[in-house]
Amino acid sequence: MSAHPPVAMTHMPDSTATDASHAAMHTTMRAQRIQDFFFHKITMLFAASVLLVLVGIIVSLVVGAAPAFRAFGPGFITSIEWDPVGNKYGALIAIVGTLSTSFIALLIAFPVSFGIALFLTEICPVWLRRPMGTAIELLAGVPSIIYGMWGLFVFAPLFADHVQPLLKHTLGQLPFIGPLFSGPTFGIGILTAGLILAVMIIPFISSVMRDVFEIVPTVLKESAYGLGCTKWEVVRKIVLPYTKTGVVGGVMLGLGRALGETMAVTFVIGNSNTLSWSLFAAGNSISSTLANEFGEAEKVLHVSSLYALALILFAITFIVLSAAKLMLAGMSRKEGVK
Amino acid sequence: MSQTIRNPVYRKRLLAHRIGIALSVLAMSIGLIVLAWILSTLLIKGFGALSGQLFMADTPAPGSDGGGLRNAIVGSLLMVGLSTAISTPVGILAGIYLAEYGADNKFAQVTRFVTDIMLSAPSIVIGLFVYALYVAKVNHYSGYAGTIALSLIAVPVVVRTTDNMLRLVPNSLLEAAFALGAPRWKVAMLVRLRAVKAGVVTGVLLALARISGETAPLLFTALNNQFYSHDMNAPLSNLPTVIYQFAMSPYDNWRELAWGGALLVTFSVLLLNILSRTVFSQKTPN
Repeated sequence: MSAHPPVAMTHMPDSTATDASHAAMHTTMRAQRIQDFFFHKITMLFAASVLLVLVGIIVSLVVGAAPAFRAFGPGFITSIEWDPVGNKYGALIAIVGTLSTSFIALLIAFPVSFGIALFLTEICPVWLRRPMGTAIELLAGVPSIIYGMWGLFVFAPLFADHVQPLLKHTLGQLPFIGPLFSGPTFGIGILTAGLILAVMIIPFISSVMRDVFEIVPTVLKESAYGLGCTKWEVVRKIVLPYTKTGVVGGVMLGLGRALGETMAVTFVIGNSNTLSWSLFAAGNSISSTLANEFGEAEKVLHVSSLYALALILFAITFIVLSAAKLMLAGMSRKEGVK
Repeated sequence: MSQTIRNPVYRKRLLAHRIGIALSVLAMSIGLIVLAWILSTLLIKGFGALSGQLFMADTPAPGSDGGGLRNAIVGSLLMVGLSTAISTPVGILAGIYLAEYGADNKFAQVTRFVTDIMLSAPSIVIGLFVYALYVAKVNHYSGYAGTIALSLIAVPVVVRTTDNMLRLVPNSLLEAAFALGAPRWKVAMLVRLRAVKAGVVTGVLLALARISGETAPLLFTALNNQFYSHDMNAPLSNLPTVIYQFAMSPYDNWRELAWGGALLVTFSVLLLNILSRTVFSQKTPN
């Protein structure tokens, strides 16, 4: 679209036009140009406010975190000590908790989301697609705190009684991965938090996958069917390779969501500052530490260490989400050449 | 034909196909079962708390019987309502800028990118930011602080949908308006925005749904208030925080209230989600 509407074009030499009407037109045009100038600047101001908030968040977190980083140096990230009484803080337990729960969530959410996207794009009868798709998207609408309550009071007891003992007696007996599935089975802990997170990010990942699966040119798929490929082969060998970047972008988007998720994790992770090989053990994530301690922290160094945790969390999610965004942008360019 | 079916290679391929499809159906069922499981849990555990008292009585003191959620419901409505009132114009104007001037403009591209990031940014960090920016300065928790936090979460949702919707408007419509000599702001506000009214309403409803259930950013901003209050400049009770505190409490009547509140919040949010979909699909023939 042109930068300026062709207002000047209406100004044609006309023998019957009087000077007065010329002057009136000039006044109108000038007024309109001034209005447009202000319109441009005002809307720009509102758009800039989004950028301003981002800058504000980064500045306030850096300022808040400065005392902690001054006191503990880079060792803050690698220390497992988190001792509000002794006023010594390290972020490793929370970072490990955040990364491990998110990783478990991805491990489970990726295949399930792929299955859902495949079902909704290739298998489901057309009239059922909308209601089924809406149902999955409603999973994204359920508030985080509800997942937490359901996880803690409904899912965790069942998980402790039926699933965890089973895992312990099967996977727990294997070499190498055995220690991951050992220890007391309370139902809450890193694994449960990862499972709940998986359910929460499935709608995001599957909706991105669905979108990118739909841009695969029909010609490609039909050529494969014409060669006698089964539906599964078409999906594995045509759809998935064609949409690789978009699929990875969707997974990264889900990861970004999982990393920052707070309330659900706070309910089921067990909130204990311990580091254990067992996935059944209680732990802490960055967001659950913030939710539990920020309101009650009084010592300057404690508050500052919590800001430092928030800064680390924000930096990780920012990087992951940027990567997701760049990959999906690459995918939509592909859509253009279809 | 029968030879093809007996062909071992073909049978292997068919088996892989059947397993793949079966797993896909299984994945879909997992999603549906979890949704049904969560909703039925809420109905079973929360239905008992649904009574007139839930809306008439305030949150009970520790150890006392009965009680309702009146103060929390009022507080939530106040904060969510004010946040929507703030974030709707801000988000729409920012979205208009991106759609109108964002075609080949570095500043707009960066803003669009940042908006997408903010859409998924951890909401607890927004809470910390508002605490540092406002609560720590005025030295008390307040409904206004909660409103600011919720608005910061809602704005990117409105910006994103407005921008997306505006870019769907056909150029010919805009050119027709320009040809009549209309200035740009009139074309943008009275032609382009009006053409996608339903889409913009969708965005606002989605933002409303998103902030109605947000808990994390309210913990350090609005905090909570055991008593009825509509003073936005003081700690303000709200449903998510009350649900959080009551669910973790040792009192039976508190827990029951928590489930009642959870039922209320979830079904309102899901209703808003469904509503936004129907508004959109009705008004945009696509």
